[in-house]
Amino acid sequence: MAETAVQQPAIKEREPLFGPKEKRLITDPLNDNNPITVQVLGICSALAVTTLVYPSVVMAIAVVFVTAFSSLFTSLLRKSIPKQVRMIVQLVIIATLVTVVELTLKALNYEVYKQLSVFIGLIITNCIVMGRLEAFSMANKPWRSFLDGIGNGLGYGAILIIVALFRELLGKGTLFAGSPLAWKIIGPSAEFMLDTSSIGWLGWYQNNNLMVLSAAAMFVIGLLIWAHRSWNPKLVDVS
Amino acid sequence: MHSTRYIVTFVIILTAVVALVLSLMATGLKPIHDRNEAIYNKKAIISAIETDLGMAVNDLSGEEIQSIFDEKIKQVVVDDEGNVLDGIQAEDVDMAKEKKKPVPERKFPIYVYDAPDGKIYIVSVRGSGLWDEIWGNIALEDDFNTVAGAAFDHKGETPGLGAEIKDNPNFADQFEGKKLYGEGGEFTSIAVVKNGASGVHQVDGISGATITGNGVEDMLELGIKYYEPYFEKIGKAN
Repeated sequence: MAETAVQQPAIKEREPLFGPKEKRLITDPLNDNNPITVQVLGICSALAVTTLVYPSVVMAIAVVFVTAFSSLFTSLLRKSIPKQVRMIVQLVIIATLVTVVELTLKALNYEVYKQLSVFIGLIITNCIVMGRLEAFSMANKPWRSFLDGIGNGLGYGAILIIVALFRELLGKGTLFAGSPLAWKIIGPSAEFMLDTSSIGWLGWYQNNNLMVLSAAAMFVIGLLIWAHRSWNPKLVDVS
Repeated sequence: MHSTRYIVTFVIILTAVVALVLSLMATGLKPIHDRNEAIYNKKAIISAIETDLGMAVNDLSGEEIQSIFDEKIKQVVVDDEGNVLDGIQAEDVDMAKEKKKPVPERKFPIYVYDAPDGKIYIVSVRGSGLWDEIWGNIALEDDFNTVAGAAFDHKGETPGLGAEIKDNPNFADQFEGKKLYGEGGEFTSIAVVKNGASGVHQVDGISGATITGNGVEDMLELGIKYYEPYFEKIGKAN
């Protein structure tokens, strides 16, 4: 967050709506400052919902919505929020948005709502959301906070979906199960749903039950952190 | 630093605004939520007779499910002695609440589907899996012995393991054609066994989900028995 501390120039230029700085707010959390692989925030839900790709996608969208709008509202109110109760106020804003997501999802897609059950509610406790409000929105203008929220939501969502891709493929041999796009990719196709498109590569493959347990998500995230750091040496600790 | 009065006012106003927004939204969406929930439950019931309906229940829209339910399914509620209870629809019976009552006070829902070759009776059963409750709808042919189909659901079984009782249609499909009664007419139920199910009283369990499988087995054994008095009554009448 070094650039936010830089003094504003005395003659105030009109800030561009989507200049290079704004672009960085979106791209930074995807790579250099990823909430999961770099900041290691929001791990609990990343372990829990990533057994299947489809619910992970829905979860990612929900989190992007919550991070974006909680950042926006917190930033709009930042000057009037009393410092002593700022965390409680932030929590109220987050909890409201999460309830909005929950009510909307319940009306739009009841089956996914059932599938995600408690995890939507647990977005409230996702450290990424509160972390961004404290670190960014309380000190930045609404538009930039909004972008920062979207960026961090996307950074979280991207990792969620990558982890889910590995876990569903290796654990169940399918992709997008539960959605209209369900595919059976590897393993014997005969033992899967009949109304599903099937490729059926590697017919000898036995589903790895470990992958559907939460422990496997820990391994996958660990490997992702390793891969991310090898690919982006900037992230390796100097010490 | 803000004054205490400012803090209290700020928090009260914020809470009031939030409460207003959320309660408006919840009340506004309630009819849609109720409708979705009803269709979700009805879908679970007609999933048990998927083969007899000859269509994939998962591909049906909400309206189609509702119309199948309205046109082809009759609802009956019975008590544990087989008496038909009037004034209540089967779809209004909440199995989770019924399970907590003492047996003589419980209500048991039955959905009767008028198939071309005889009636099919769908009964609801409820039991415990590994983590939480599991439940199912079992369709029986009009000999009250042959299973025409089954559908299961759960509250919190492990995805990929116990949750396969719902997610993997092949598990439920195994029940089709199985028998509840032995050749001597004694209640045998259907067992969930580890590899190598044989005969009409066994189905294959899911590997890695032994406890959920045992839960299904117990649920069937205990749950279907409550319907026996009713079946005996209408069996005699036939």
